[in-house]
Order: sequence, then C-alpha cells, then structure tokens
Amino acid sequence: MTNILIVCSNEPIAATIARLINKMEDWHATVALSLNEAMENCYAKAFEVILIGSGITQPQEDVLKLHLEKLKANSTVVKHYGGGSGLLYAEIYQALADK
Amino acid sequence: MAQTVLHTANTRGAADHGWLKSFHSFSFAGYYNPDRIHFGALRVLNDDFVTGGMGFGEHPHDNMEIISIPLEGELQHQDSLGNTATIKAGEIQVMSAGTGVYHAEYNPDSENPAKFLQIWVFPNKRNVEPRYDQITIDKDTRNEFVQVLSPNADDAGVWIYQDAWFNMARFDANTSKTYTFHKEGNGAYIFVLKGSIKIDGQDVNTRDGFGIWDTAKFEISASTEAEFLIMEVPMKF
Repeated sequence: MTNILIVCSNEPIAATIARLINKMEDWHATVALSLNEAMENCYAKAFEVILIGSGITQPQEDVLKLHLEKLKANSTVVKHYGGGSGLLYAEIYQALADK
Repeated sequence: MAQTVLHTANTRGAADHGWLKSFHSFSFAGYYNPDRIHFGALRVLNDDFVTGGMGFGEHPHDNMEIISIPLEGELQHQDSLGNTATIKAGEIQVMSAGTGVYHAEYNPDSENPAKFLQIWVFPNKRNVEPRYDQITIDKDTRNEFVQVLSPNADDAGVWIYQDAWFNMARFDANTSKTYTFHKEGNGAYIFVLKGSIKIDGQDVNTRDGFGIWDTAKFEISASTEAEFLIMEVPMKF
C-alpha cells in the first residue's frame, strides 16, 4: 500500500483529491488541513508521498520538510497543482519514480 | 544552439468518454507518459471535442492558470466566483484557480459539438485570489502574430500569473515571419490548428506540437494556409 498525505487547507478540494487517490487500488490518502495536522500525521505514520495543496505557504512547506528530516522520513514532498484534476496521478507516479 | 522537440499529432494521448473526446499533448488523467509531462511551465494542452448538450460538471481546481480557446461552437461557463458566461470561437477564457475555484463547462448546443483547446500553465505565484476573465480575440488579422495572452493586465489579450505570452496566427501559404522571444530563458510550444508550417526548417503539420528553446528567435513559414498557436512560457519556473 502506498500512503499519501494531502496537506491542503481547502477542505472540499482536499476531499476531492483524497477521493481520487482512494479510487486507486494500492493507494491510500490521508488528509491534513493544516501544517500542524500534517506534522502530527507524519509522527504517526510513514508516507511515501506528501502532496502540498492549496493554502499551504512555502515557509510552512519548509517547516514540514525540516520536520521530516528530523524524523528521518523517506517521504517525497511535491507541490500539487490543479486541485484533484487530471494532473494528480502523474504527480504521484513521478514522485514514486523519483524515490 | 536551439533545442527542439516535435510531438506529432498521432503520438498524443487519446481519451474517449463518449460525450468527450480529448487528445492530450502531455500526460493527463489516464494518459501517463513520463517523457511527456510538460513543456516548461506549459503543463496541459488538451484538444477537446464535447458532444452537443454535454459537458464538464462542477469540479474544483487550485493553483493553475487555465486557458480555454474555443475553436468551434460554444461553451457555457459557470463558477463559484459567481460568473456565468458563454464563450465561443473567436474568444479566449482565463481562470486563475489560486486558492480554489469550482466551475462547470457545458456545450449548450444540443445538436453540434463544441471543440476547444484546454491549456494549463503552472502559475508563478501560488494561493492567489481566484479570478476569471474572457475577451474577444482578433480573428481578422492575417500574416501577423496576434497576442492573446501575456503576464500584463494592461497588455493585449488576457493575462495570467506567469511570464507567458500566447499568440494566434493565420498565415497565407508562403508567408514567413520571425518570432522573437519576450524573455530570456523562455521556450515556445507551437500547436498547429490547421495546415502545415515549417519552424526553422522543420515540418509541423495539423495538430502537431513543436517546442523550441535555447534561442532568441525562430522563423515560421507557412507551407499551406495555416492557423497556429504559439505558447511562450518559462522553461524554468
């Protein structure tokens, strides 16, 4: 199972992204609506891919990356564009290929 | 020395959803080709055919500059910003999705298909306030580049959050013209809507895409009467 964390403060869009990810047999999505929620999720679980969605600033993304470094997490962090659109699967495939 | 890439029409991804037939120049939805993800900041170029009376139901977008150029027929647009509009051939629509916007697009003509280009460009700024605009573009000028998009609100065409410039062109056969880049580091992706052209000597035919970068300018000559779209975008963004 590939665990994917969606960090996005726009709740309806985060839900759309999660629904699309969970349609894939081997992928499982977790939603974090804030940086704090994302950091808590990363303590509790290992994520292969972390998607940075709308409403998350670059400084917040940097804090999360630093947090992942401290946890020695093997997560690939990528910016998500488009809001659960036709780009989503390619972004995840690319992130997994880059690991 | 200029670098180039040619994507012939028959190498595009194809999707047939019954009501929607789409050809993808770059990876999109179920079409994934790791060698065809994007051209610089140009991420999506979909050549869409929407059956009469059908369309895209309400769905969200964020952090993307979304440009629609109808080629035939009309599209009815409705979005969460309160905009309701119809766009038709000869117009261009732009939406900066920013922090998030919902929209629906459908073909109001129950008889005839709507054909349009759906183009997505990565923004140079994330989480902007969503916005929508549409304008009429100059359909009459021939043998010139007609700017339809830029980064500047007070320039010709619509504007987006990216250092991108789009030009439409209708050339008579045997017309040649040099395109000069607006910004160093930009590349251009040329999509031929009709006819055949040569770009710095390379044949590019109907529905082919041709990318060129690492050069300050290039020459386009029309082998036949031709229509094409030049999308100048940053190669690094």
